[in-house]
Amino acid sequence: MSLQGARLNLRIDGHPIVTDVQFDVPERSVVALVGPNGAGKSSLLRLISGTQHGGQGDVYFEGVNLLAMHRRERARKVALVEQDAHSEFAMTVRQTVMLGRIPFQSVWAPGASQDETIVDAALETTGAAEFADRTLATLSGGEQQRVQLARALAQEPRLLLLDEPTNHLDIRAQLRTLTLLRRLADNGVTILAALHDLNLAATYCDHVVVVKDGRVRAVGPLDDVLKPDLIREVYGVTAEVMRHPRTGRPVIAFSE
Amino acid sequence: MNGQRKALAWGFALAVLLALSVTITVTIGPAGLGVLDVWRSIVDHLGMGSSDLTRIEDGIVWQLRLPRVLTAAAVGAGLAVSGAIMQALTRNPLADPYLLGLSSGASFGAVLVLILGMDVLLPLAAFVGAMAALIATMLLARSLGIITPTRTILAGLAVSSLAGALTSLVIFWSATGDSYREILSWLLGSLAGANWAAVAISGGTIIAIGVPIIIGGRVLDAFAFGDTSAAALGINVSATRWLLLGGAALLTGAMVSVSGAIGFVGLVLPNAMRLLVGVQHRALLPLSALVGAVFMVWVDTAARTLFSPRELPVGIITVLVGAPIFALLLWRNRSAA
Repeated sequence: MSLQGARLNLRIDGHPIVTDVQFDVPERSVVALVGPNGAGKSSLLRLISGTQHGGQGDVYFEGVNLLAMHRRERARKVALVEQDAHSEFAMTVRQTVMLGRIPFQSVWAPGASQDETIVDAALETTGAAEFADRTLATLSGGEQQRVQLARALAQEPRLLLLDEPTNHLDIRAQLRTLTLLRRLADNGVTILAALHDLNLAATYCDHVVVVKDGRVRAVGPLDDVLKPDLIREVYGVTAEVMRHPRTGRPVIAFSE
Repeated sequence: MNGQRKALAWGFALAVLLALSVTITVTIGPAGLGVLDVWRSIVDHLGMGSSDLTRIEDGIVWQLRLPRVLTAAAVGAGLAVSGAIMQALTRNPLADPYLLGLSSGASFGAVLVLILGMDVLLPLAAFVGAMAALIATMLLARSLGIITPTRTILAGLAVSSLAGALTSLVIFWSATGDSYREILSWLLGSLAGANWAAVAISGGTIIAIGVPIIIGGRVLDAFAFGDTSAAALGINVSATRWLLLGGAALLTGAMVSVSGAIGFVGLVLPNAMRLLVGVQHRALLPLSALVGAVFMVWVDTAARTLFSPRELPVGIITVLVGAPIFALLLWRNRSAA
């Protein structure tokens, strides 16, 4: 089984944002979505999650077309962690994470007791349990990111889409986040994460989708894709790809 | 679970307080009627028991005070719910029917028909004005690009300024003497004209529009982190936005048509309730409605009795009372801001 994008297109005010995007990556793996600023990574994630207005195309996952599903059904399968999500209201951590249960609740029969259990589990998994009763505004950037991740996990997603989940995080928090994503993939969740840091992608991801100017430049297993020629073509920088002495995974050194 | 119990306790307390407030405020007034006299008259009209009041005294209770108190309760509830919904949908705690131009639009529609002498069309004109202003605001916001809270608010500012200026122009141009003063007091917000028709309009709108959007407004929780986030939680964002904003416009239009433009209720009360019971709309919307009703009943009683026999426009009191409370709540919550 694989996660496939087919003929994904998006134009906003006549400008092509995403053009004929196709990809095919294995399910139950960690997939990095990389590319320079303005490549269309965020738009592509919104397209795949079915939250982008005016998008076209199909996304096949676990044998069904996600974009043809009812939005509520889709929300029980796919979760999206946006970049810099914030609220103007004094939400507590627990209230925020509980939002993830909305696709499972109805107006007439709110709040099943299992919702509490699932929210507790999501808080534990992400390490957000220790500040569950605080308001978001009192948390650090890394802690807020963990809360958003917990909210997505409360949706019990099969496909988890993340937009720059390591933005503004210190190195320890970055590793912690990606280790968690790795663990989720080992438990059967498919992860597609937009990442800026190629070394982070190289350390934790199985597959890579490279986009530039709204088009896919390369898709495939990490070692096949992250090569000096492609990096030069996409980012315009010189790169050496070496091996980590202990893990054997690629390490990329850049120069201009 | 704890939060739910707290919200239920607040709901119960506010419902009791509302019943008590209505019971007490109908007995307050210059006619020198006792509490028991007033209630005997009301019970008499409900077809039970009998009262020994004179026709005039009876008329004061049944034709003036009771409809006015009931209208005040409905108007307060409607404005508070309307404000809470707009704050959630625009993701702006300072949004209210004024901010999006609804009140100004409703005022303009109402003043126009008053000037033209077509008073019977007042509720309709207020609603049409509110809807027209809402549509103008949303179209203007959309024409600026993707609809963001800031753009919505700036568009609302433009629309409400225009509607306000048009209203002033119409008054300046055509009103004379008495109608001038009547319109002015009405623009500042007053319940002095409330009768049973006003109760029917405001109360009927609460039942037909207010209750459904209080129940359906639970989905507003999903908008806490914006439209994309709501869509990712399975919400039909544009349908929800238009349904709830349309409902809020109907509520505002109906309330403005019976009371004029009363400010601060939609802004202060939902924010106060957020600080007390949290941000979840399942609790926030009904509690805002209840606290709005209680607040308005008392404020209107103050408006008609403080400087009796002169009436103070109730809109002045809502701001005088509301602003310091809001400042206090902001200050108490300063660590979270």
